[in-house]
Amino acid sequence: MTLVFGVPLSVLLGQLLLGLINGSFYALLSLGLAIIFGLLRIINFAHGAQYMLGAFAAFLGLNYLGVNYWAALLLSPLLIGLLGMAIERGLLRRIAGEDHLYGLLLTFGLALIVEGSFVKLFGVSGSSYPMPEALKGGYNLGFMFLPTYRAWVIVAALLVCFATWYMIERTRLGSYLRAGTENPKLMQAFGINVPLLVTLTYGYGVALAAFAGVLAAPIYAVTPGMGANLLIVVFAVVVIGGMGSIMGAIITGLAMGLIEGLTKVFYPEAANTVIFVIMVLVLLVRPAGLFGKEA
Amino acid sequence: MSSQESVAAVPLAVRANVERERRRAATRRRQLFYLALLGLALLAPLAIYPVFLMKLLCFALFACAFNLLLGYAGLLSFGHAAFFACGGYITGHMLSTYSGLSTELGILAGTLASTLLGLIFGLLAIRRQGIYFAMITLALAQMVFFVFVQAPFTGGENGLQGVPRGHLFGLIDMQNNLALYYVVLAVFVFGFAVIQRTIHSPYGQVLKAIRENEPRAVSLGYNVDAHKLLAFVISSALAGLAGATKTVVFQLASLTDAHWHMSGEVILMTLLGGVGTLLGPLVGATVVVTLQSSLSNGPLGEWVHVILGVIFVLCVLLFRSGIVGWLERLVKRNFK
Repeated sequence: MTLVFGVPLSVLLGQLLLGLINGSFYALLSLGLAIIFGLLRIINFAHGAQYMLGAFAAFLGLNYLGVNYWAALLLSPLLIGLLGMAIERGLLRRIAGEDHLYGLLLTFGLALIVEGSFVKLFGVSGSSYPMPEALKGGYNLGFMFLPTYRAWVIVAALLVCFATWYMIERTRLGSYLRAGTENPKLMQAFGINVPLLVTLTYGYGVALAAFAGVLAAPIYAVTPGMGANLLIVVFAVVVIGGMGSIMGAIITGLAMGLIEGLTKVFYPEAANTVIFVIMVLVLLVRPAGLFGKEA
Repeated sequence: MSSQESVAAVPLAVRANVERERRRAATRRRQLFYLALLGLALLAPLAIYPVFLMKLLCFALFACAFNLLLGYAGLLSFGHAAFFACGGYITGHMLSTYSGLSTELGILAGTLASTLLGLIFGLLAIRRQGIYFAMITLALAQMVFFVFVQAPFTGGENGLQGVPRGHLFGLIDMQNNLALYYVVLAVFVFGFAVIQRTIHSPYGQVLKAIRENEPRAVSLGYNVDAHKLLAFVISSALAGLAGATKTVVFQLASLTDAHWHMSGEVILMTLLGGVGTLLGPLVGATVVVTLQSSLSNGPLGEWVHVILGVIFVLCVLLFRSGIVGWLERLVKRNFK
C-alpha cells in the first residue's frame, strides 16, 4: 500500500473527496450569500434554514407526492426560491432603507421560526433520503473507490456554480445585476426595474441554497438543524474569501472543503475548527479577505 | 409667537440658570427612580422565588453588557455567548477543582478569563465593520463552542454539574438562596454602575460619535480602533461576570451557554427592551426570561424558539425602538 506522510493513499484520497464534497456545499452557499449581499446589502441569515427547507421539500415530495429525485432537484429550488421572493417582497423590502444590520436580525428571526417549527413537526433526529437508483454504486479507480453519487454531487455543484458565474459575468442580465450592485439609483433612471431585479436576485440566491439542500439529502440525514451549523462555517468562508467576487466565493468554498478534509487525516481534533483558524489568520494578514475589494 | 419673544427678552445668564435648574431636577428625578428600583429589588425576594430573580439579574447584566456594544458603539456582536460561557466554565472549573475557594474569587477568575477572550476577539473583529463584524464574532464564538466541546475540563456534552457555590469571603455560606440573591444583586448593581459611568463619561461620548459617524471621528483625531476595542473588552468582561454569576447560582455550566442561540437571545433581549437605552436590556431580559419560564411549563414549551423568532421579526419590522425607547417617546410627547 502506498503511504503519503504515513497515511495510506486511499484514506488520504477518500478524505480529500469528502472535503471536495463539503467544499461544493460551501461554494454553493457562499455563492448565494455573495449574490444576495451584492444587491441587497444584507447577510441572509436564513440561508441555512432555506438549505434545510430544500432538503425537506425533496424528502416530503418523495414521501407524500411521489416526486422523484430528479424532479425534486428542479422543483424544490423553484418552490423555495418562490418562497424567498415572497419573503423579500413581504418583509425584507419594508426595512430596505434601514441599517443593514436589521436585515441580518430579521432573517435570523425567520431562521429561528422555520427551524423551531421543523424541530417540533419532525423531531431533531430527522430522516434519511434514499439514493436515486441511477447513482448507486461506484467505480473502482484502482487506488480508491469512488461512489457515483459523491462524484455526481461535485459535478452538479460545480456546473451550477460556473453557470451562475457565466450568467453574472457574461450575459446581459448579469450586467444589469452588476450595475445594480454598483449603483441601483442610476439603473432605475435608465429604466431598469430594480425592485424586480432585487426580488429575482434574492429568489435565485435562496434557490441555490435549496439546490444544495437537495444534493445533500441522500448523503447527510435530513434534519431541521442541518443548515444552522453549516451556515456558520459558510460565514467564516465568506469572511476568508471576501464577498467582492463571484469566482472568489466558489474557489474559496472548494479550497476550504479540501483543507478541512486534509485536517481530518492529519489532525482530526482540529477538523471542526480549522476553517475558523484560517479565518483568524486571514483577518490578521489581509483583513479585506482573499478576494475582497473594500479597504 | 408671544412666548418666543418673551424668551428672547430674558437675559442669557438667566436662561442658562433655568436650563441648569431643569437639568438638576431631571438628575434628581432619575436618582429617585433608580433608588425606588433598588428598593423594589431589595424587597422582591419576599414575593418572588429568589432563584428566578437571580436568573433574571444574570441575564439582565448580560444584556446590559451587550447593549454597551450595540447601543453605544454600534457594534453588533453575534458571539457574546462565548464570553458568557467562558465566565461560567472557568468559574465552575475553579470552584469545583479548588475546594474552599471563596465564591468571589471564583467569579473573579471567570470574569478575568472572559476579559482576556474579549481582548482577543476584539483585536480580530474590529479589523472589519458592520455585517463582517457580526459574522466574524459569530465564527469565533463557534470556534470557542467546539473548544468547550472537546476541552478536558468542561465535561463535554454534560457540562460541569454540581459546582459548589462556596463561601463569600470564606465566611458566608452561599447555599442560602436569600444570601446569594443579595450578592447577585450587588454584582448586577456593580455592572450596571460601570456601564452607566462608561456611557456618561467623555469616553462614552466619543463612542457615540464613532457610532454616528466613524470617518468624522477619525478626522477629529480619535483613535477609533482603540475606543472600539475598549468598549468590546468592557462588554465581554461584564458578559463574563454575568455568566460566572449564573454558574454559581445554578451550580451548572453547560454547552447551552456557549451555543449561538444564546448570542441570539441576548440580541433579542436588547432589541425588545430598546437598543441604546440604559434600562432597555433590563426590561427586555425580564420579558424574555419570564416568557421562557412561563412557556416551558405550558403546552407551548416546544415552541419557545418559534415564539422568540416571531418576536424578533415583529421587533425588527414594527418596533425598532423597543419597549423603553417607545416609553421614552411617549413620555416626551405627553409631558413636555
